[in-house]
Amino acid sequence: MTLMSESAPAKSGSNTNWLLLLLKARTFVALLLVLAFFSVMAPNFLSTANAILVSKHVAINAFLAIGMTFVIITGGIDLSVGSVVGLTSMVAGWLVLNGIDVGLGWSIQFNTFEIAAIVCLAGVFVGWINGILITRLNVAPFIATLGMLYVARGAALLFSGGRTFPNLNGNPEYGSDTFPLIGTGNFLGLPVMIWMLIAVALGAAYIASRTPLGRQIYATGGNERGAALSGVRVNRVKMFVYMFAGLMAAIVGLIIASQLRAAHPATGEFFELNAIAAAVLGGTSMSGGRGRIAGTIIGAFVIGILSDGLVMMGVSSFWQMVVKGLVIIAAVVIDQAQSKLQARVALAQEVALSK
Amino acid sequence: MNLAAKIDGTHPVGLTIRGATKVYPGTVALKDVDFDIRMGAVNVLVGENGAGKSTLMKVIAGVETLTGGEIKVDGRPIVFRTKDDAVANGIGIVFQELNLFPDMSVSENVFMAREPLRFGVDIDSASVEERTRVLMHRLEQDIDPNTTLGHLRIGQQQIVEIAKALAQDAKILILDEPTSALSAAEVEVLFRIIDELKAQGVGIVYISHRLEELIRVGDYITVLRDGQITGSRSMEGVDIPWIVQAMIGEKSKDFSQSLCHEFGREVFRAEDIALPKMGGGYMVDHVSLTVRAGEILGLYGLMGAGRSEFLECIMAQHPEARGHFFVDGEEMREKHVAGRIARGIALVPEDRKRDGLIQIMSVRENITLSSLVQFTTGFHLSLRKEAARAAEFIKRMTVKVASPDNPISSLSGGNQQKVVIGKALMTGPKVLLMDEPSRGIDIGAKAEIYHKMRNLAAEGIGIIFVTSDLEEVLALSDRIIVLADGRISGEFGRDANAAEVIAAATPASAKSKNKDLVS
Repeated sequence: MTLMSESAPAKSGSNTNWLLLLLKARTFVALLLVLAFFSVMAPNFLSTANAILVSKHVAINAFLAIGMTFVIITGGIDLSVGSVVGLTSMVAGWLVLNGIDVGLGWSIQFNTFEIAAIVCLAGVFVGWINGILITRLNVAPFIATLGMLYVARGAALLFSGGRTFPNLNGNPEYGSDTFPLIGTGNFLGLPVMIWMLIAVALGAAYIASRTPLGRQIYATGGNERGAALSGVRVNRVKMFVYMFAGLMAAIVGLIIASQLRAAHPATGEFFELNAIAAAVLGGTSMSGGRGRIAGTIIGAFVIGILSDGLVMMGVSSFWQMVVKGLVIIAAVVIDQAQSKLQARVALAQEVALSK
Repeated sequence: MNLAAKIDGTHPVGLTIRGATKVYPGTVALKDVDFDIRMGAVNVLVGENGAGKSTLMKVIAGVETLTGGEIKVDGRPIVFRTKDDAVANGIGIVFQELNLFPDMSVSENVFMAREPLRFGVDIDSASVEERTRVLMHRLEQDIDPNTTLGHLRIGQQQIVEIAKALAQDAKILILDEPTSALSAAEVEVLFRIIDELKAQGVGIVYISHRLEELIRVGDYITVLRDGQITGSRSMEGVDIPWIVQAMIGEKSKDFSQSLCHEFGREVFRAEDIALPKMGGGYMVDHVSLTVRAGEILGLYGLMGAGRSEFLECIMAQHPEARGHFFVDGEEMREKHVAGRIARGIALVPEDRKRDGLIQIMSVRENITLSSLVQFTTGFHLSLRKEAARAAEFIKRMTVKVASPDNPISSLSGGNQQKVVIGKALMTGPKVLLMDEPSRGIDIGAKAEIYHKMRNLAAEGIGIIFVTSDLEEVLALSDRIIVLADGRISGEFGRDANAAEVIAAATPASAKSKNKDLVS
């Protein structure tokens, strides 16, 4: 997809255009390279079972990375998503095990859909608080979400006093026995969570490229003042992206609680960093205004395949970290080279025009 | 003041520029300019925006190098390759925008990046403080070197900037619009300091738009127009009409002639708009005005007169502003820019880069940003409709661009400005606000934009445009309103007199002080 849509402006002929095309498609090229490398080096890497396993790992990160991409495009950052994953999985665990105790000697129990809806609302609510801090109280996104990282993690621990909620099998009487299916069920041969990822990714890509909201997200990150003076309601846009990031975190929290049939308060530590890495690898600019959902998904796959492939090859986890770090840095270096080249090509076009 | 010295003509020439030419891609900023800086005197440099004053100053300060011509200091030819070369030759410059660090102390600011070291290791803060104290004493200012700079008033900060230049042993001091941000009392202090520096033999180059101030403080005057010197003489006998004549000359720019048409009904009215200033007073001081359909209203004034702020009030950028706006007779109460755009107001901001454009977006995305609603059904944005509309406006605004999907940053200034105007027009405005619409673009593009403005007015749009280009405001406006100190200080018809407009633009505070000196 990236390849097709971006190759259009490149004109045939000169080497620069070929180079530019190659640089633009770099994440895709990287994906093909890691795929080719591990199919040769790691036995069974290309088997269907393994492909589904890797996809499941990737999906967890991809959800968060999609939310993170929107946030980064507006020029912000959301460090709290990992903690929100932990918090929302605890909320899910609590709801499955205890329901809501209204303190009158009886409690309200929920079916799976209601639980999912409430958990999602909880994630959106945390995003809403982030948004309020950033737009109304003018706290820098880094600080606001750093604070929320601690608050949400602490809240997750307080839920159970630090203990795990075990045996989240649900109860057929309440209609919550389908809860484990969110993370483990299959539909038409693919895991439910992969279908969810496909739906979310298509939805997010649609928002980004085909709605005024998407255009305004890019404009806000490109030049906040300029966007505001053009009639973009910058604060609303920011509220949306943080709430969306919270929603993504809640989905991940649900999936993990359901997969493990247990909710542990430490779930999701450092997930935010993987999400940022996937977004950056996919070509999202940390200074805002630039990034694509498709790129982010590919970025998440590169990271996921890299770590799973290295595990299958038996490379030590210490080396895995080094390799991951190098890949991320290399991605940004290439990104800078591309921007420079692109600016030169566009400038040359304009000069040719004015002659 | 220095009458005796003036008559004797005893001011030695410290720096000479002969045949200076500076060519930028597409424009010639300086054409064969001769300029002398006399020591122990105030050398005034005046000209309209874009006349080449700042280019000339940048050349002297070593920021830019000349394409042709030579610079001599004390008779020796010299080439300034970098700023440091200029500093080494005793040239200090105080830019209009202060280059200071608000969170550092006064002494740290004065010695920024030139800190004296102890044994080449750590900063000798005792010496820094002492030398700053001496400088402040020389400038007769009671400013403690340890004060945090941000706590000082703007006028005092400007004095710190002067001290910074003097700390580098500046023998030639360039002051670019030093009084634009100062109160009347601070201007007096500055003038006293200038007198003292003159007495110490410092050669001062003084750039300002406030003509009465120039006549008061200057010893020699040089007028630039379109990169050429149009007048250079001793200040004796110089009056405002002479300066204006030299500044504007005969009609040089290509202004489209007014397309004769009747004005329609009133489309826009502002009533009693007041924007409080930090620390008391008003940026916009109870301004009321009206615009009729098809009318071009020129808003003229000096920097800090509150012109841009007034436009920003209309565009809902200052929630603390008071007053009422009416569009087509109905009050505009919307609190958001989006709401005001929907009511038929559109703004072309002054700073294209900062406020007008999203640099990393394409031409198409920029031009349609304010009008996305037009291509949206539900929440679906039709890219096809958008592309068609963008192409239509690119053609209508005659933007020269290879592809609408090229980044806006690859365009020339004039074409970028056309995109900004196109963006405003796409919203279908009844009232178009333009803040310095011709700033930073070449003459050809200027003429095109003037022509566009005429056409838009003829189509029945009411235009309010802000400018500090006197020639522009005189030639383009159907009516001129002059602002000074946030207040309306004059209103003129189509046959306005240049000198009267300038007189009205001079702040009342400065005027009363200067009256006895000028007359």
